[in-house]
Amino acid sequence: MTDLTRPLTAMGAGHRLVAGGKGASLGELCRAELPVPPGFVVTVQAFERAMLTIDPSGEFVREVSRLPAGDVGTIERVTAALRARITAAPLSRDLANAITAGYRALAAPDEPGGAPVAVRSSATTEDITDASFAGLQDTYLWVRGTASVLRHVRRCWASLYNTEAVSYRLRRQVPEEHAAMAVVVQRMVDPRSAGVMFTCSPTTGDRSVVAIEGSWGLGSVLVSGEVTPDSFVVSKVTGEIVRRNVAAKLRLHQLDPAGSGTCAGDVPAELREQPCLTDPEIRALARLAAQVERHYGTAQDIEWALTPDGGVHLLQSRAETVWAARTARPLAVPKASPMQHVFEQLSRPALVDHPAERATES
Amino acid sequence: MGDDGFNFPLPSQIEDVPGAEGWRSMYQYFTRFQPEDDNRFWFHNAMHFPEPIPAFDTVTSEVPYTAIGANTARVFVFPTTLGIEHRIVNGRVYITAIPVTDPAEIERRLAIFTERAGYYYENWDALYDGWKTRMAALIDQIEAVKVPELPEFDSVEVVTGSQGVAQNHYVRENFHKCLDLYSKMWHHHTEFLMLGYGAYVVFFEFCKKAFPEIPDQMVARMVAGIDVIMYRPDDELRQLARLAVECGIDDEFIENRPPAEVLAALGERGEAGQRWLAAFEKARIPWFHVSTGDGFYHHHRSWNDDLTVPFAALPRYVRMVRDGEQLSRPTEQLKQERERIVAEYRALLVSDSERAAFDQMLGLSRVVFPYVEDHKFYCEHWFTTQFFAKIREFGVLLARAGVLAEAEDIFHLHHTEIDQALTDVMLAWAAGSEPLGARHFGPIIAERKRMLEVLKGWSPPPAVGPVPEALNDPAVRMLWGVTAETLATWAAAADSDGHEIRGYAASPGVVEGVARVLHSVNEIGQVRDGEILVCAVTAPSWAPVFGKIKAAVSDIGGTMSHAAIVAREYGMPAVVGTGHATKKIKTGQTIRVDGDRGIVRILG
Repeated sequence: MTDLTRPLTAMGAGHRLVAGGKGASLGELCRAELPVPPGFVVTVQAFERAMLTIDPSGEFVREVSRLPAGDVGTIERVTAALRARITAAPLSRDLANAITAGYRALAAPDEPGGAPVAVRSSATTEDITDASFAGLQDTYLWVRGTASVLRHVRRCWASLYNTEAVSYRLRRQVPEEHAAMAVVVQRMVDPRSAGVMFTCSPTTGDRSVVAIEGSWGLGSVLVSGEVTPDSFVVSKVTGEIVRRNVAAKLRLHQLDPAGSGTCAGDVPAELREQPCLTDPEIRALARLAAQVERHYGTAQDIEWALTPDGGVHLLQSRAETVWAARTARPLAVPKASPMQHVFEQLSRPALVDHPAERATES
Repeated sequence: MGDDGFNFPLPSQIEDVPGAEGWRSMYQYFTRFQPEDDNRFWFHNAMHFPEPIPAFDTVTSEVPYTAIGANTARVFVFPTTLGIEHRIVNGRVYITAIPVTDPAEIERRLAIFTERAGYYYENWDALYDGWKTRMAALIDQIEAVKVPELPEFDSVEVVTGSQGVAQNHYVRENFHKCLDLYSKMWHHHTEFLMLGYGAYVVFFEFCKKAFPEIPDQMVARMVAGIDVIMYRPDDELRQLARLAVECGIDDEFIENRPPAEVLAALGERGEAGQRWLAAFEKARIPWFHVSTGDGFYHHHRSWNDDLTVPFAALPRYVRMVRDGEQLSRPTEQLKQERERIVAEYRALLVSDSERAAFDQMLGLSRVVFPYVEDHKFYCEHWFTTQFFAKIREFGVLLARAGVLAEAEDIFHLHHTEIDQALTDVMLAWAAGSEPLGARHFGPIIAERKRMLEVLKGWSPPPAVGPVPEALNDPAVRMLWGVTAETLATWAAAADSDGHEIRGYAASPGVVEGVARVLHSVNEIGQVRDGEILVCAVTAPSWAPVFGKIKAAVSDIGGTMSHAAIVAREYGMPAVVGTGHATKKIKTGQTIRVDGDRGIVRILG
């Protein structure tokens, strides 16, 4: 491969400026020998070279930097034009060749038309520990065929100028010069169930547990908020499932019957109230989550998918930002004598929260 | 307060059970709900009193509550809580702990508590050793109490020793001695208990704050001892099973064979039989002094009183030995696992300073825990079964004198009434006349027996009165498991679809199976292999039954309740503290026990 495309396995956490946040993180997971669907990255350098042709004078940066952060209408008007220019521009021959070669390599012998892939944006500004850029740029699932892959790479590039992404950068004062886009092309996983997991409790910050949320079909159904997912809390210490809440999951996202792209559908009635994961699967996911966390040394927010054969795939891992930002205050400090803890605690009334009072507070 | 949150009925709204309107005649005036009691929160102590209590058995609330409150409020002077008050309604005991809420008062009490509790915490092990000595002496004394036989002529020693006191005097003195020893036993029981719960509750609540998702039982596992005395009776049985196989006399242990028959048969098996019988006799003292209940009812007999329970477990253990199954508890492994759990949670704490505090709290909890885990064997089991046996002997005396139709009837009289009956007998023996008690007590006892039967059908609400402002008493939180969450669970039970029962997730796992609802410990023999035990509360001596069942559900109990501990030990799901399970579930129904979430579902 050229510097225009790089295999995921060659990437790592230090490659954000080559592979974008997502590409770097997936590469890092590959290095840790965690299960990641095979794929390659259309590098930031490929994007930058293309932009030299589309925008030789650097007007994109100037125009976007000038936009008023709060004026969504203006942002949308200006960025729509920029996006159109990116998607309309043809790819250079050497880049098209590199992507085509990378894509063909993903196909199995019985896939002459090419493998189904996910084409995923991977901005250099995304997934920075202190700023969760998740979901601001586009991802395309079930893309098939060389022409379609090439088209979706350009759409991913264009999504760097999505209204939400630009608004976010302006609001967070991320310098526009730093914004660039790599694209990850990965073999599509056809999941039976998918979801997210956190290596600490998202509701309490408890670091002794892994919290898993999942639903039937593609994980995008969780992001879109169309279902209440099943949720499971697993103790990292013992592997026990300490809490479970199986929800009625009415909708799912899946491969469009036309053969490419995705569509929404109804979950078959008999599956709706069934847990989307078996207990061994839940425990396997939790073990994997703990492994990822150990690898990074910080709490992680992980996307996972499970194929019908029970295979687990990690689609993304980024540093958990909510609880990491809070500095944990120690709950207790040692005392001159252990029994002083008792004296202190037993002189404090154990108040009962009255639901009525709690209701008025919230 | 609680207007649109939860509401419990008021004590005054509880109606007499039809057909048992006369229940008050069984109980003392100071146990009745008063009008002003409507202003306080009370909960049904179903852990200790799941069944309607016979008149004599009120001694097991009267005496413990005189002792527990004395130690909490007057001796150690806990800062935020006084003692426990109790009331009886429709044969059930409701209790409440009286909180101290005035900050100045808490401050004043704290100064005293610090000094007194501090003395015990600092010298815990030495004081606990002294406690064991005192308890052993009390057990010796209760076993030594003589119940006079009142023969036609008194013993000649009264004359030759110029004793000057005839036997009928000792009728009352020795009856009182039983009560006095029982009272002392309870004072000693609660001498350490509240301090034990006090230390544990601190560690428990720290863990809950540091790890909000930590299951209650995980905290318990970090503290729990490995060689716990309450496992000992069951361990002895397992060893006897092993010995039976070793001696080649295991063919005598057949399901449902009466113990007496087994023992007789073993007597015929020569040296091997004798060897087993000798080991059996050795194990009986003291380990078979374990109660089949937990010592709060006269019918909670010990294994020694009734060998049916241990002999029901032996055939299964024998089978396991033959099949080469691991019978002994893997103590080393359990210990390593406990330390691993501690190390992992400890590593997750935010700083070395917090870890040092954690070590202190865990350390103190482990100091006090052997008492928390082991005292019951000495108190509720060994002492109490011997106490009831003595009272039963007084019953025999009263029956022989014609006051009672049968010895067991003594338990339908309050101890003050027994005083009267004994006086009657003492007088009649002295006068050479007939006691008059039969005419007086006969109809009373008959009516009480009838009422108790009627009262069994009553479903007591788990709680009455307004939701309390605070639950300060450590025992209420850790022993009875009554916390803010429990209150919400009890209240929610009233408006669920009736098929779901919520409680504490006490031991993880999910299973489905056929329910066996036990209303009394005496029904323990009905449990079949693979059933799910549903009961008000279990006692440690039920351990053998846990080998048969695949899950346990109880009405009351926190994560330190026996059902919870034993279920974890056996690795089966358990949901405890449901408040209602024995009322809602019927024997034979299929239920799903979700020990991860604390939910029991009736499937049909």
